[in-house]
Amino acid sequence: MNHWIIAPVILPALLAPVIGFVMRHDMPLARTASIAGTIVLVVLAIGLFVTAAGEPQVYHLGDWPAPFGIVLVLDRLSALMVLVTTVLALLVLIHAVATGWDARGRHFHALFQFQLMGIVGAFLTGDIFNLFVFFEILLIASYGLMVHSGGRERMRAGLQYVVINLAGSTLFLFALGVLYSATGTLNMADLALRLQAIPVDEAALIRVAAMLLMVVFALKAALFPVQFWLPGTYANAPAPVAALFAIMTKVGAYAILRIHTLVFGPGIAATDGMAETWLFPAAIVTIAVGAIGVLGARHLMPLIAFSVLGSMGTLMVAISDFSPAATTAALYYLVHSTFVAAALFLLADLVIARREVDDLGARPATLQNGLFASLFFAAAVGMAGMPPLSGFIGKLMVLDALRAPGTIAWAWSAVLIGSLVTIVGFARAGSTLFWKSTAILPAASGEPDAQAEPTGTGRPAGVAELAPVMTAIALLALLTAFAGPLVGYLDGTTAQIFDRDGYVTSVLGTEGET
Amino acid sequence: MEFIVASSVGALTAAGIYLILRLRAFSTILGLALLSYAVNVFLFASGRLAIDLPPILSPYGEASYTDPLPQALVLTAIVISFGMTAVLVMVALGAYLESDDDRIDLPDAAEDEESAGGAAQ
Repeated sequence: MNHWIIAPVILPALLAPVIGFVMRHDMPLARTASIAGTIVLVVLAIGLFVTAAGEPQVYHLGDWPAPFGIVLVLDRLSALMVLVTTVLALLVLIHAVATGWDARGRHFHALFQFQLMGIVGAFLTGDIFNLFVFFEILLIASYGLMVHSGGRERMRAGLQYVVINLAGSTLFLFALGVLYSATGTLNMADLALRLQAIPVDEAALIRVAAMLLMVVFALKAALFPVQFWLPGTYANAPAPVAALFAIMTKVGAYAILRIHTLVFGPGIAATDGMAETWLFPAAIVTIAVGAIGVLGARHLMPLIAFSVLGSMGTLMVAISDFSPAATTAALYYLVHSTFVAAALFLLADLVIARREVDDLGARPATLQNGLFASLFFAAAVGMAGMPPLSGFIGKLMVLDALRAPGTIAWAWSAVLIGSLVTIVGFARAGSTLFWKSTAILPAASGEPDAQAEPTGTGRPAGVAELAPVMTAIALLALLTAFAGPLVGYLDGTTAQIFDRDGYVTSVLGTEGET
Repeated sequence: MEFIVASSVGALTAAGIYLILRLRAFSTILGLALLSYAVNVFLFASGRLAIDLPPILSPYGEASYTDPLPQALVLTAIVISFGMTAVLVMVALGAYLESDDDRIDLPDAAEDEESAGGAAQ
C-alpha cells in the first residue's frame, strides 16, 4: 500500500489549523508556511503523477478492506487533476501574497489550505459519500474565501453562493440516500459492480439517483439550468480566489466524468444513454449563455466569468459524448481552460488595481499599459481558442471528436459561433481597455508631455506580481508545444477511465472478479 | 410507520423548498434548515425502517439487525449541515449589516447604473 497517496490530503489538513491558530498574528510566517506547504504539495503531486502511470493504486483508510472502509484511488485521471490543482494553487498563492490580497481579510492562508485539502480529496476519493464530505470541505473553505475582505456587493454575492451550494449539498444527500437504499453500498467500484447486475425494469430508483447526482455535479460545473450562480460569484469574488475557483468548476466536470463513466457508465443497462441525452443540450446552451454574456458584459470581471462559463460549456460538450476520443479532447481542454481562466483573472486583478474601476469604459492609460495589453492579448487568444495557444488545439480536438451525425451540427456550430462571439467580446474589451485609453489625456494634463505621464494609482507591477500571470500563459504555450506527448499520455488516461473492470479489480481486489 | 416517515419527509421538503424560494435571507435559512432535517430523516430511511433492533450482527443465531451505515451517514450529515447553517447565518448577517437589506437577490446591474446616472444628472 502506497502511503503517499493520502499525503496531499493530510498535509494541508495539518497545515491549515497551524496557520489558523498559531500564525494568525504573524503574516510573514503564515505566508512562508502557506507557500512552502503548497510547494511541497506540488512536489507530492508530481511524484504521484509519475507513480500513477500504471494500474490504479488504492489506499485503504484504516486498512479496512475495500467495500467496507473508505478508499482513496490514485489513477491517471486523479493524479492529473491533483497536479493541475496544486500548480494552479501555487500560482494563485504567489499572486495573492505579492498583491497583498491575503492581508485584506483574516485567515486567508488557513482557508486556502482547507480549500486545497477539499479539492485534492475530492479528486482522490473512491467512495461517493466521502466525495460528499470533501465537497463540503472545499465548499465551506470557499465560502470563507469568497467573502474574504468583505464589501457590500461581495457579501451579497457570497450569500447567494452559499445558499445555492447548500441547496446543492442537500440534493447530493438525497441522491446518496436513494443510491444506498437501491444498492446497499457507496463505494464507487462496488456500485459499478452491483449496477451491472440490476435489470432495467427494476432500475427506477437508480435512474432517479443518477439524475439527481448529475444535477448536483452540473451545479458545481455551472451547466445551463443551474449556471446562474457563476457570473455573480466569480465577478464579485476577490480576483485570486476567482482564479482558484477555476478549478472548482472542474471538480464538477471531473465528478460527472468519473461517476458517469464508472458507476452509471456505458454498458450499464439501467442508465444507458441517460447522461448523454441530458448533458449535451445543457452544454450547448451553456456555450450560448457564456458567449452572449461575454458580448454583453460591461465590466471586466463579469466578462471573464462569462468566458469561463463558455469554456465549461465546451468542456461539457466533449465530456457528454462519453467516447474515448472526445474524453481525451475534454481532458486536454480541461487543463488548458483551468490555466487560461486563472491567467485572465489574475491579470484582471493587476489591471483593475491600477485603473481603480473595472468597467469597460475608456480611462487614461495606466502604467505598463503595453505590457498589460500584450498579456491580455495572449490570454484572450488562449480563452477564445485562436492559434497559436492551446485553446485552439483543445477546441480542434473537441470538434474532431464530435463527428457523429446527430451531434456534429449542434456541436460544431455552437463551439465555432461561441468562439467567434468570444473573440468579438474580448477584442472589444481589450481595445477599450488598452488602446482607447492611450488616446485620452490624463485628467490633470496641462502640458503636452503629460500624455506620456500615465495616471492611475500606484506603482508598476513587480516581478512577483507578474510572474504568476506570465507562468500561466507560459504553461499554455508549453501545452501547445508538447501537445503531442501530452495527448499520448491522455490517451492512456482515457483508456484507463473506460476500463471499468480494471478499476473495479484494483479496488476490490480478487473478490471483484468473482 | 412508513407512511409517517414518508409524509414527514415530504412535508419538510415541501416547506423547505417553498421557503428557499423566498427573497429574504431569514426565510431562506429556515428553508435550508428544514431541507437538511428532511434529508436526515430520509437518509435514516434509506437503510430500511426497523424498530427496536440493534445495529450490530448478533453472534447468537439469526437475530435480525438494523443497518448501521445510514446512522453513521446521518451523523456526518447532521454535523456538516449544522456547521454549514452556522456559516450561512454569519454570512447572511454580514451581508445584512453591509447593505442594510436582507434581500437575497443581487440588485440588477443595469438598474444600478441607471440610478447612478440619474443621480449624476
